[in-house]
Amino acid sequence: MKTWFFLIPLLLLLLFPSAVWAETVEPTVVPSDDEVNAIAKNLFCPVCENTPLDVCPTQACAQWRELIRLKLAEGWTEEQIKEYFVAQYGDRVLAEPPRSGLNWLFYLLVPVFFLIGIVIVGRVLRSMRRPAGNAPGMAVPAGESDPYLAKMEEELRKRLKE
Amino acid sequence: MNPETISQPPKAAPRKINSWAALAAFLVLFGFLTVIYWALTSSHKGPLAVGEPAPDFTLTTFDGKIYNTADWRGKVVVVNFWASWCPTCKDEAVDLENAWKHYREGGEVLFLGVDYVDTEPEALAYLEKYGITYPNGQDARTSISRKYRMRAVPETYIIDRQGRLAYIKIGPFLSLEEILAAIDEALAR
Repeated sequence: MKTWFFLIPLLLLLLFPSAVWAETVEPTVVPSDDEVNAIAKNLFCPVCENTPLDVCPTQACAQWRELIRLKLAEGWTEEQIKEYFVAQYGDRVLAEPPRSGLNWLFYLLVPVFFLIGIVIVGRVLRSMRRPAGNAPGMAVPAGESDPYLAKMEEELRKRLKE
Repeated sequence: MNPETISQPPKAAPRKINSWAALAAFLVLFGFLTVIYWALTSSHKGPLAVGEPAPDFTLTTFDGKIYNTADWRGKVVVVNFWASWCPTCKDEAVDLENAWKHYREGGEVLFLGVDYVDTEPEALAYLEKYGITYPNGQDARTSISRKYRMRAVPETYIIDRQGRLAYIKIGPFLSLEEILAAIDEALAR
């Protein structure tokens, strides 16, 4: 009985050599710098504000890039790696804030205010072009203008005649 | 052309402004500006000062234990922010561990190491290298460092028995004696 027990692994090795080989000697693919930087360029380390992770020269950022390499080697996707970094270090590691909660204010209100601004500027420009007759330096026909001005002009004409 | 005969187009009647729309626009703008104001003021608060209540936090250590500073009222808590990539943190690492060993038996002082913006493999290697045995954990989502308005590592905050900040050290401690003196002062309060 004991002999059979020890023979089982040997039999398995003979019957499924490829499977056993795959289990024991898994080829390790080391992700390239380009693959790491493709993810790193969309992340920001809180220590080095405004410097994307792919070009940040500090040791902290170098460690983060190595962590990305490690996660890629483990088969993680870009989204999984980003989620991991957000869970560990907060939303501010992302190049743009996630579309959730109060962050929606920035995604919605900024374009809305921009459009309102365009409408206001458009209306102001149109109103500046429209009343050509009232532009400064242009003659205003008598009688069509302010009655007070008309009276003044009439008075002036009278005095000039005198 | 006789100017008297020129007739101006009739003036357009002033458009009625929808007062509700104006009010809504005003409220939206006011809300938006309030959010910006709140964000700016909270991000520009100055550092914490001695005597202020210490912000409470929960730290999950690398080995999974949970420490809540609120549960440690009546004891002195030493909170040290560090990172494995920080060169000056290494200068005080051994002294902090020796200080922990000095107070550990008495049970009146708790040391908590808060690992700031670090990777776990590097952090664990750092703890092993310097033989650090007091509880250490990551500053998850940088929430603890933001509560303490931390600017750079290392920084150390000593919380007295009443939960107030008794001592703040910006930068590394220069000697074991300096650490012991600061903790003794907090214990004597």
